[in-house]
Amino acid sequence: MYDIKALYEAHSVEEAVRLRVEHPEAQIIAGGSDVLVQIREGKRAGAELISIYLMDELRGISLDEAENIRIGSLTCFTSITNDPIIQKYINVLGEAVDQVGGPQIRNIGTIGGNTCNGVTSADSASTLFAWDAVIELTGPEGVRRIPIQQFYLRAGKVDIRPGEIQTAILIPKASYENCYGHYIKYAMRNAMDIATLGCSVNVRLSPDKRTVERARIAYGVAGPVPLRASTAEAVAQGQAPSLALADRFAKAVLEDIHPRDSWRAAKDFREHIAVETARRAFLESVRLAGGELA
Amino acid sequence: MSIQYKHIQCTINGRPVDKMVDVRASLTDLLRNDFRLHSVKKGCEVGECGACNVIIDGRCYNSCIYLAVWADGKNIRTLESLLGPNGELSDIQQAFVDEAAVQCGFCTPGFIMTAVEILESGKEYTDDQLRKALSGHLCRCTGYENILRAVKKAMYRRLGKPMPEA
Repeated sequence: MYDIKALYEAHSVEEAVRLRVEHPEAQIIAGGSDVLVQIREGKRAGAELISIYLMDELRGISLDEAENIRIGSLTCFTSITNDPIIQKYINVLGEAVDQVGGPQIRNIGTIGGNTCNGVTSADSASTLFAWDAVIELTGPEGVRRIPIQQFYLRAGKVDIRPGEIQTAILIPKASYENCYGHYIKYAMRNAMDIATLGCSVNVRLSPDKRTVERARIAYGVAGPVPLRASTAEAVAQGQAPSLALADRFAKAVLEDIHPRDSWRAAKDFREHIAVETARRAFLESVRLAGGELA
Repeated sequence: MSIQYKHIQCTINGRPVDKMVDVRASLTDLLRNDFRLHSVKKGCEVGECGACNVIIDGRCYNSCIYLAVWADGKNIRTLESLLGPNGELSDIQQAFVDEAAVQCGFCTPGFIMTAVEILESGKEYTDDQLRKALSGHLCRCTGYENILRAVKKAMYRRLGKPMPEA
C-alpha cells in the first residue's frame, strides 16, 4: 500500500483542470515512475494525488496543419521511440528516450512526467532543449504555450501554474526541418541508470552540405536545469564541417556549462565528458546530415 | 481518515473480474493479496528490479509502481497464465528449466513475462537486442547468461529456425 491521502482521477483535460483548481495541494501523477517512488521513499508520503494516467486523449503523436510535431504529454517513451513521425523527423528523440531506465519503465514513463519533474538528468530534456521544443499547458484560462527554456525555472521546479496541466510538447517545423541530431548519455550502466551527463547535438547543413547552417547543442546535468551551449553554437554556425571545427565547437561548450561536484561524478570529470560528447555528437550529426568533413 | 475505494473491472489471466480496490494499493498488492497470484514478487517495490513484472494489454509493466485502480478495463497476465490445463509448462518455462536459468527463482517470473512479450512479437533479435530487452530485470544470483540462452532458445524454436552456433 502506498501512503496516499486521497486519489482524484481525471478522464478529460476539463476534469483535470477542475480537479487542479479544487485541490491546489494535490500532486499530479502521470505514469507514476517518479511520484510513486517518491511516496515510497517518504518524500511525498501522505500526498493527495490527481491521476491523469487514464486520459487517453493526451496520448499519441501527430502533425498539425502547419506540420509542427505534437507529442501528447502522456505518450510513453516506448511509443515515442516506435512512432513513424518521430523516426522520420526527429529520430534522436526516440533514441534518447530509449535510454531511460529499462523496458518496463519506458512503457509507463511519460514525456510529460519527464519534463514536469524538472530534473536536469531527464533523458528527453536535453534533446527537447536542443530542438527548441514548446511546452503546451492547459488551465482555467485556456491554453498557454512557452519555450521549454522558460518552462524550467530551477532544479525540480517548472512553470506549471495553479489549475494547469501540461497537455503537449510541440516541435515546430522550422525547428526540425532538415535537421539531424545525435544524443549521448554518459552513465555507469547501460540500463536502469541516471545520466552522469547527457549531450544532444543537431545540425542543419546547406543544400551542398559544405556549410553548417545551424548547430544546436543542449546538456543535461551540466547545470541545475538542462541548458543550451550558445557559445559553441555560434562557433559552428556558417562554418565548413571539419574535425578542427568539431574540436573548436566542443571546447567552446566550457563557456556555457556549469556542472557541479556530486557523488555521481566530479565537476572536472563532467567538464571533460561534456567536451568529448559534444565532439562526438557533432561529428555524428554531420554524418547523419550527409556532410563530409573538410 | 476513511479509506477510499474504487470499483474496477478487468481481465486477469483470461478471467473477467470485478473488484473493490483500495486506491492506495499497487497492482502487485492487488494481484498477490486479492487473487493469490504469488508469482508476482515484491522485490525492490520502486520499479528497479523487475520481479513484479506483468503484461498489461500486451506490454510489460512493473506492477509495484502501477496503481491497482489503473487496472480498470485492462487485460492483465501473470506467469500463472502460462501453465496448460493440467499444469504443463509452456515452452519458455521449459527452456528456463533446460538451460538452468533458475537459481533462487525470485527473479524468474518477471524475466519470463518479459520473455513472453519478446516471443509474442514474432521477431528475431540479436543477442545485444535481447540483452537490452531483458535489461529491466535484476538477478541477484547473477545467472544472466543462462537466462539469455533460455530466451534465445525459445525464440528460435518459435521461429522454426535452428539456433546459431555461439
